[in-house]
Amino acid sequence: MSDTNARISEIVNSNDVVLFMKGTPLFPQCGFSSRAVAILEHCGVAYGSVDVLQDMEIRQGIKSYSDWPTIPQLYVKGEFVGGSDIMMEMFEAGELQQLLDDKQVAKAS
Amino acid sequence: MPMTADDIAEMIRQALPDAQVEITDLAGDGDHYAAHVTSAAFAGKSRVQQHKMVYEALGGKMGGVLHALQLTTAVPK
Repeated sequence: MSDTNARISEIVNSNDVVLFMKGTPLFPQCGFSSRAVAILEHCGVAYGSVDVLQDMEIRQGIKSYSDWPTIPQLYVKGEFVGGSDIMMEMFEAGELQQLLDDKQVAKAS
Repeated sequence: MPMTADDIAEMIRQALPDAQVEITDLAGDGDHYAAHVTSAAFAGKSRVQQHKMVYEALGGKMGGVLHALQLTTAVPK
């Protein structure tokens, strides 16, 4: 368990923006993950992604890491931002773009 | 067993008695819901904290029996 936590911690701290999702950005395997990807694409930021379906330890571990029961989960500069509903609410209010600006996240190339 | 919209609303109101809960059955299949929860208990809390309060009210059902619940939260105006 602590190994998994260390792995997750390494991932969230080595990517400015990282999405834990089901599937990949090109082939999301769930509607919520697909929506999260679409929001990040709209924001035009560079982001990493982790397909939890390929790794059962991370799939379970990420839920306790953030104390959040569902996937997708977005992390910006090591901080848990929320799931797809929160991403959507923040995006619609312009808050997500603001957060990404404030954290000086790199744009997608 | 999937949960009914009433089950979901009831569990949320038990934990947040003042909550206004609107549930929409998105696909008409009793499995994909959207919930909009308004409660004074959310005042001063971050979105993540507000959502966690609702997930807690649902007592571990979220991510399990309830895999597809779109959630939005608000403080009463």
